[in-house]
Amino acid sequence: MTEQTTLDKVPAPRPETGERLLEVTGLQKYFPIHGGFLVKRRIGDVRAVDGIDFHINSGEALGMVGESGCGKSTTGRLVTRLLEPTAGSVKYAGQDITHQNRKQLAPIRSEIQMIFQDPYASLNPRQTVGSIISAPMEINDVNPAGGRERRVRELLEIVGLNPEHYNRFPHEFSGGQRQRIGVARALSLDPKLIVADEPVSALDVSIQAQVVNLLQKVQKELGIAFLFIAHDLAIVRHFSQRIAVMYLGKIVEIGDRDSIYNRPRHPYTHALLSAAPEADPDDDGRERIRLAGDVPSPINPPSGCRFRTRCWKAQDKCASEEPPLLQIGGNKDGHLTACHFPEEPTTESRGEDIVLDPALVAIEEAATEED
Amino acid sequence: MTSPSQASADGGSLTLEPEGIPGTPGGKGTPDLAGRTPRQLAWLRFKRDKTGIACAIVVAGFLIVAVLAPLIVKLYGQNAYDLYGQDDGLLNSYGLPIAPNGGISSTHWFGIEPQLGRDVFALLLYGIRNSLGIAAVVTIVSIVTGVLFGLVQGYLGGKTDYFMGRFSDFMLSFPSQLFYIAFSPVAISLFVGVGDQESWWVRPFVLIALQFLLGWMSIGRLVRAQVLSLREREFVEAARISGASSWRIIRKELLPNLWSTILVQSTLMLPVFVTAEAGLSFLGVGMLPPTPDWGLMFQTGATFYSNDITFMFFPGIAMVIFVVAFNLLGDSVRDALDPKTLR
Ligand SMILES: Nc1ncnc2c1ncn2[C@@H]1O[C@H](COP(=O)(O)OP(=O)(O)O)[C@@H](O)[C@H]1O
Ligand code: SF4
Ligand SMILES: [Mg+2]
Repeated sequence: MTEQTTLDKVPAPRPETGERLLEVTGLQKYFPIHGGFLVKRRIGDVRAVDGIDFHINSGEALGMVGESGCGKSTTGRLVTRLLEPTAGSVKYAGQDITHQNRKQLAPIRSEIQMIFQDPYASLNPRQTVGSIISAPMEINDVNPAGGRERRVRELLEIVGLNPEHYNRFPHEFSGGQRQRIGVARALSLDPKLIVADEPVSALDVSIQAQVVNLLQKVQKELGIAFLFIAHDLAIVRHFSQRIAVMYLGKIVEIGDRDSIYNRPRHPYTHALLSAAPEADPDDDGRERIRLAGDVPSPINPPSGCRFRTRCWKAQDKCASEEPPLLQIGGNKDGHLTACHFPEEPTTESRGEDIVLDPALVAIEEAATEED
Repeated sequence: MTSPSQASADGGSLTLEPEGIPGTPGGKGTPDLAGRTPRQLAWLRFKRDKTGIACAIVVAGFLIVAVLAPLIVKLYGQNAYDLYGQDDGLLNSYGLPIAPNGGISSTHWFGIEPQLGRDVFALLLYGIRNSLGIAAVVTIVSIVTGVLFGLVQGYLGGKTDYFMGRFSDFMLSFPSQLFYIAFSPVAISLFVGVGDQESWWVRPFVLIALQFLLGWMSIGRLVRAQVLSLREREFVEAARISGASSWRIIRKELLPNLWSTILVQSTLMLPVFVTAEAGLSFLGVGMLPPTPDWGLMFQTGATFYSNDITFMFFPGIAMVIFVVAFNLLGDSVRDALDPKTLR
């Protein structure tokens, strides 16, 4: 519980490998809440995303994880400019697209695409697969060699569907197949960046791996950068080169895969990791952490560190001062953590489980007594 | 987020398909559904609905009669304007048909009209034609206006939604029957100068305009509600990400999902407007004699019903069959188009 590991200033910019494709600075999205009698007034905000910074290099996959409701989808929608940011900036390939309108965005529209969470809501039930996949080409007046229909058949083949299903309607496909159609649509314009918002969480576990593999293949072979959103660390593990952990509208830890999985510093990352299902269930060498209670409301987030209401290391400082996202001593370049009292960089079991929920403790005790 | 089962409910699917067999892309477990468009599926469901088919035949019969009335009447040999009763002496001194059953004979199949003595069969055919024609125009204009209004209201949302909503509430708050009765004479006098002869188109036009004025809001509200839920769906976001204009989203993404509502509402609205038109003519603020009109036939029938019940019989039965058949057809169409809707 010492403080000396926290560096006081931001580290010098580190050397870049790929060119920066997307750069997000201080991004904020508040959804106003209106209320009041007769005259509608703004009585508060849902602080869905509250000042986050990250970047994605070209061809790189950034995983973004966090519990549901912490602002991941909102971030994805801000990046694709479906939503208008409240503050901060979004730069794509050096161009500031934060407040550009539809006409101004036209040239880069084809380069940023999105894959959605719900395969049942993301395809128009009244359009054929062919027209769904070729719509982006039509809108952007793209005429591939050999015609749009041929390109659609090609895309269907790439995503592992039968090209003959060109004229079929979405209702004839299963969830996994629909998600493949969504992938084909996202690929139809040769994008450089795909935002995948929990692309597999609505699918059967047996289908999830297939779709993740498809996305991985697409990412590697076509060199597309990904913002891959998921609610647990297991899914993004093999997919992402870097991972950002979000909590209640903030990024609490970001770093390369190895750092996040093997040398996590933020208590929340530790908790998420201990919750991720392991390949070897008998492996008892890992710590066990169960988080108490629910995520606090983003309308009235806790002062200081937002995680303090559930954190086992919280002290007075955590309530008064918001921890900045910094590189902590002993971390690799680019591994930033927002915590005043970071954990040891290990995921080894600490001999004793940290169980924060008194109810859970009671249940466990009762269970052991019965044995 | 919509849950899969919820979302597929409005996806127009007949059954929930099982997951494809891993490794065989497009592996389908339900071959009889393969390659069917949503429209074909709806048609399949409709064909299994016996009531629906029967009603469709009856409704088609009415429409054919309305369209082909001049031809049918020509083949029949009598017309709707000649005063057969007076010319051929088929009426007694009280103006009632002499022959029993309202003067039914091999020349006048449904008998003859009391007082004027026109042929009831020809009169009814033309009456259906006129009433249905007016109601059809009102329906089409109301549907088009309502759909456009609802689309714009739902799609734009926010303040626009609020003010358009208040406007349609305001229109809805008029008591329609009273409004028609009070305003048709006013509206007619706008078109007809003092002492002028009223042109033939004035009354139909006023009837259409007034009924339309208070008739488009219900479909407008339905469409708005649907658009509000549709525009949150991810396929609309997908279109927006590709750079689609609002107009394209309305036309290509939203409108195709509204066709079933539009179709069902049209089939339910038409009989309402037919009865409304008949009611107004019956009350004397719609069409005027001697124009053949369904409502006017009830007026004549009501005057003479104690002496000549037969005259009331044919337009009455025709109206009942018409309204029942149309409403049942509307239900069947709805069942066929979205089978998951609860009755
Ligand atoms: N359009 C909206 N209006 C108001 N609140 C919203 C809207 N979209 C999201 N929110 C709120 O913002 C927070 C973050 O939501 P979201 O980004 O969807 O989280 P996640 O994808 O991580 O589950 C939630 O509390 C949610 O209720
Ligand atoms: S800053 Fe304090 S409350 Fe927040 S995670 Fe670190 S130790 Fe816990
Ligand atoms: Mg989400």
